[in-house]
Amino acid sequence: MRPAFVSRLGFGTLELVSHLGRVALFLGHIGRVAVRKPYRLRRLVNEVFDSGVLSLAIVCLSGATVGAVLGLQGYTTLSRFGATGSLGAVVGLSLVRELGPVLTALLVTGRAGSAMAAEIASMVTTGQIDGLRMMSIDPVDFVIAPKALAMLIALPMLSALFTSFGFFGGYVVGVELLGLDGGMYVSSLERSIDFRDDVAQSLVKSVVFAALVGTIATYRGFHAEPTSAGVSAATTGTVVVASLAILLFDYVITALWSV
Amino acid sequence: MATSGGQRAVDGGPADEFRIRFDGVQLRRGDRRVFDGLSCGFARAQINVVLGGSGAGKTTLLRLIGGLTRPESGSVYVADEDVTRLSERELFRTRARIGMLFQGGALLDSMTIFENVALPLREHTQLSERDIAAEVTRRLVAVGLPDTEYLYPRQLSGGMNRRAALARTIVTDPEIVLCDEPFSGLDPINVRRIEALLVDLNRRLGLTMIITSHHLASSLRMADRIVFLVDGRAIAGTPEDLLRSTDQRVLEFLRADSDGPEGAPRIAPAVASAGRT
Repeated sequence: MRPAFVSRLGFGTLELVSHLGRVALFLGHIGRVAVRKPYRLRRLVNEVFDSGVLSLAIVCLSGATVGAVLGLQGYTTLSRFGATGSLGAVVGLSLVRELGPVLTALLVTGRAGSAMAAEIASMVTTGQIDGLRMMSIDPVDFVIAPKALAMLIALPMLSALFTSFGFFGGYVVGVELLGLDGGMYVSSLERSIDFRDDVAQSLVKSVVFAALVGTIATYRGFHAEPTSAGVSAATTGTVVVASLAILLFDYVITALWSV
Repeated sequence: MATSGGQRAVDGGPADEFRIRFDGVQLRRGDRRVFDGLSCGFARAQINVVLGGSGAGKTTLLRLIGGLTRPESGSVYVADEDVTRLSERELFRTRARIGMLFQGGALLDSMTIFENVALPLREHTQLSERDIAAEVTRRLVAVGLPDTEYLYPRQLSGGMNRRAALARTIVTDPEIVLCDEPFSGLDPINVRRIEALLVDLNRRLGLTMIITSHHLASSLRMADRIVFLVDGRAIAGTPEDLLRSTDQRVLEFLRADSDGPEGAPRIAPAVASAGRT
C-alpha cells in the first residue's frame, strides 16, 4: 500500500515538473517569436479587439455593480461607527488593491480566456494548426503569440476600467442614494489611495494575471486532443486552472508587497 | 507488383530514383499497428497514387512525409533528408518544398478564401499585393472557384473548401504536392477538373505528387505509379501492374470497388485511358 502511494506520488511529481517545463518552453517560444520580425501588428490589433473590446460591456457593468455593492455594504458597516465619511476610502482601496485586478482577471478568463482556448483547440481539431505547419508558418508565431500578447495589453486596461466603474458605482449608491456628501466621498477616495502601494500593486497584479490567463489559455488550446471532447477539456481546463492560479498569485503578490 | 518488406527493400528500382522514400517505418496507434516495416518509394516528377482501405494508413503516410507524425522507428527521406530526425525548425525548411492538401481542407476559418490562398505568398515571397491578387485569382479560377475571394470557408460547401485548399496548396508551385483524398465529396465534373489540373501541374512543372484516393477510376487514369497499402506494408507498381496483380488482397480491393455503385464497367475504360499522353 505504502510503496504504491510513494510511487504514485513520485510519478505525479515528475509529471508536474515535466508539465511545468513544457509550459516554460512554450512561454519561451512565445517570447522569442514576439520580439522577432514579422511583428504581425494587424493580428495583434484584431486579438486586442476580441479580448479587450468585446469584454468591455461585461467588465464595465460588473465594475459598476461591484462598486455599488461595496458602497452599500461599506455604508452599513461604517454607519455603526459613525465613519460614513470614509466610504470613498473603503470602496477605493478594496477596488484598487484587490477586487479590480482579481475580478477583472476572473471575468476575462471566463469570457476571453475560454474563447481563446476553444478557438485554438478547434483549430487543432480541424487541422488548421497542422495546415500552418505545412506552409512553413510557425503556429506559435502566427496564432498563439498575438493572442497571448493581446491579453497582456487588454487585461490591465480592463482592470483600470473595472476599478473606475466601481468608483462610479460606489458614488451612485453612497452619494446619490444614501445621501453622503459627494466631495467627501471623492476626497476620502483620493487621500486613501497611494500610487506606490496601491496603484502600482494593482498594475503589477493585472499584468501577472494577464500573463497567467494568456499562457494557460493558449497552452491548453494548443495542446488539446484533436477531438470535440478535447476542445471542451481545453476550455474548462483553462477556466479552472487560470482561476486558481489568479487567486494563488493574488495572495503571493499581496504577501510579497507587504514585506 | 513488388511487395515491400525487409531492410531498405525499396521496390521498383534503386533508391535514388525516388524523391521520397520510406525505410522500415513502424507505427502503432494504440493497440493497432498501422505500419509494420513499411518500405516504399515515390518517384520524382510523377503522379504517385496511394490506394488502400479505410484505416490502411494513407493519411498517416502523408503526415509522416510532412513530419507532422513521427514513426516509432524507421526513416522517411524527403529529397535525401530524413525528416524523422529533423527538429521542428529544420522541418520548416523542408516543408517549404512541400504543399499539402488536407482531407478537410484545413483553411483558416477566420480568413477569407482570398486571404487563405494568398497566405503562403505573403509569408514566403516578396510579391507585391497586386501580383498576389492576380496569382490568387488565377488559381481560384483554375480550381473552378471564381468570385469566391471574399467569402469565408464557412460560406462554401465541403467540396468547394477542398478546391480552395487545393488552390492554396499549389499557389507557390511546390516541388512536392501531397493530396489527401482530393476527389472525395466532389461531383464528376469537378473530379475531372481537379484531375486535369493535377496532371497539368505535374506535366508542366514536373512536380512530384502523392495522392491518396478511394476513387479508383481517377487513380488509374492519373497515376504513373500506384502504392497499395495493405497490412501495414506497401505493394507498388504501375496501374497496369495493379490490374494484372494476382495478389488476393489487391484483387479483393478491385473487386469490391467494381461492385460499388458505379459498377464494374468503369474499370475497363480507366485501364484504357491509363496510358494517357
